[in-house]
Amino acid sequence: MKDTVEIRWHGRGGQGTVTAAKVLADACLSTGKNVQAFPEYGPERAGAPLRAYNRISDRELRLHCPVLNPNIVIVADPTLLDSIDVLEGAPDDAVLLVNTSKSPEEVREKTSAKPGQKVVTVDATKISLETIGRNLPNACMLGALAKVTGIVSIDTLLEDIKASFGSKFSQKIITGNLEAARRGYEEVKEG
Amino acid sequence: MGKKLAVTGNQAVAEAMRQINPDVCAAYPITPSTEVMQRFASFVADGKVDTELVTVESEHSAMSACIGAAAAGGRVMTATSSQGLALMWEMLHIASGMRFPIVMPLVNRALSAPINIHGDHSDGMGSRDCGWIQLFSENGQEAYDNLIQAIRIAEHDDVRLPAMVCMDGFIISHSIESMEYLPDDVVRNFIGEFRPKNPLLDIENPVTYGPLVLPDFFMEFKRQQHEAMLNVKDVVLDVAREFEKISGRGYGLFEAYRLDDAELALVILNSAAGTAKDVIDEYREKGIKVGLLKPRLFRPFPYKEVAEALSSARVIGVLDRADSLGGFGPMYMEISSAMTTNGAKPLMINKIYGLGGRDFMPEHVVQVIDELKEIAETGNIRLQKDFLGVRE
Repeated sequence: MKDTVEIRWHGRGGQGTVTAAKVLADACLSTGKNVQAFPEYGPERAGAPLRAYNRISDRELRLHCPVLNPNIVIVADPTLLDSIDVLEGAPDDAVLLVNTSKSPEEVREKTSAKPGQKVVTVDATKISLETIGRNLPNACMLGALAKVTGIVSIDTLLEDIKASFGSKFSQKIITGNLEAARRGYEEVKEG
Repeated sequence: MGKKLAVTGNQAVAEAMRQINPDVCAAYPITPSTEVMQRFASFVADGKVDTELVTVESEHSAMSACIGAAAAGGRVMTATSSQGLALMWEMLHIASGMRFPIVMPLVNRALSAPINIHGDHSDGMGSRDCGWIQLFSENGQEAYDNLIQAIRIAEHDDVRLPAMVCMDGFIISHSIESMEYLPDDVVRNFIGEFRPKNPLLDIENPVTYGPLVLPDFFMEFKRQQHEAMLNVKDVVLDVAREFEKISGRGYGLFEAYRLDDAELALVILNSAAGTAKDVIDEYREKGIKVGLLKPRLFRPFPYKEVAEALSSARVIGVLDRADSLGGFGPMYMEISSAMTTNGAKPLMINKIYGLGGRDFMPEHVVQVIDELKEIAETGNIRLQKDFLGVRE
């Protein structure tokens, strides 16, 4: 199923991970793709580890089950690397994108990523604190994702963040998120 | 055609309700259908619909309010799941017995105990005999399309029966997928004005609802309900034909997927059918003749048409996301009954899967198709009813 890109998000409750998966779906939809975005529902608690998924495809999406073999794994909280095998089921050419101040090499070693798997990092916590004023890393993660995978262009992404956040949030939050996405795009480090 | 959007199943259903703009809607939200009523209540608050939203103190009251409003002469809707539907059970019979075309999205969820909020079909199957039309939906698009069509089906002069439109809790209700909405005016023209029949508010022509009917006439009432149910099939097909003209999306009594020459057949409802289609494509590429029947209209059940569609199958695997404990799954019972109508006598197995939202994965489809293949080769069935993806 190479015509479908499957993504697994690892985050913590309250961080905006599910929203990020939705924004990505919307952005990809506007480029004419078929999309899915869905979280794994457990007891909903702030701070608890959670997963969310995306499928993005040129063809109709009919699978209605969790993603087991993600082409892209996104880790929104660096502390999850201590407790979860984030690369579980990921194929040999998967991309791992982690929010961390550490280098891609350090993350590669910690996660025992295979040689063919691409490891990239971005300090989304620091960037979000500087741009939004809170630890909401996911706009920044989306910017980094756009750069590393080209799954969606940064311009489409920024447009969509504007549209998704436009009705719900203050101008300050929107501007902060747009800046965070732009910096994620520029500051992501490939190992 | 409408614009493509990425929305949850619940969002799609709430949008259909906004476009339908019912006269009265009773609300007692329950997981996983909560978002339907939450969004619809916003439409009411924002003046996007003319609906009288009645917030009640239980689902029993919700259905009672619907019945009252329908008797008065209104187009009426509500939405529920699981325990909510269970609590409505008594009133479901009254809605159908009084021939009120109430339309209700049912976001399928397991029944307690143990308590569980996730998707299975125990609630819908538990209300199988309540006299309601039941349509099932694979995804948000189908739930949206079915809900709009359900208005026309339920309100048809040859039918006048309540209808529930089912979709899988969480798997569909809370997942975002790409789909299309129809323009408001297209939906409004399609469903048309509501035409009440014998409404209580027509004080020039007083009528009585709910009188005692003793053995001398009770059976005639039930016989009439059955006759009305028998009319549903044709109405479903007529409405589907018209709906295709406005949407480009075709519907039938069921979907037959690669079934024409299939020697092995699966029967699966709702979201799991989508997952099965991808696996069936892989087997077809290997030259294995396998297909899928995905029922859409479960009540009334189109026995003859289903038997016809499955007539080339030598082995059939019927998957049930609900169980009749101590018996076969409810879908298996229907398919077995259907297969007595044409003398085909295929070998059949029943798999119970996905209870309480247990993941249904492509590997489960593989497991069942491989077993069907083995049965076709050997003629031996090891276990007629079994469970998929369960710890032993």
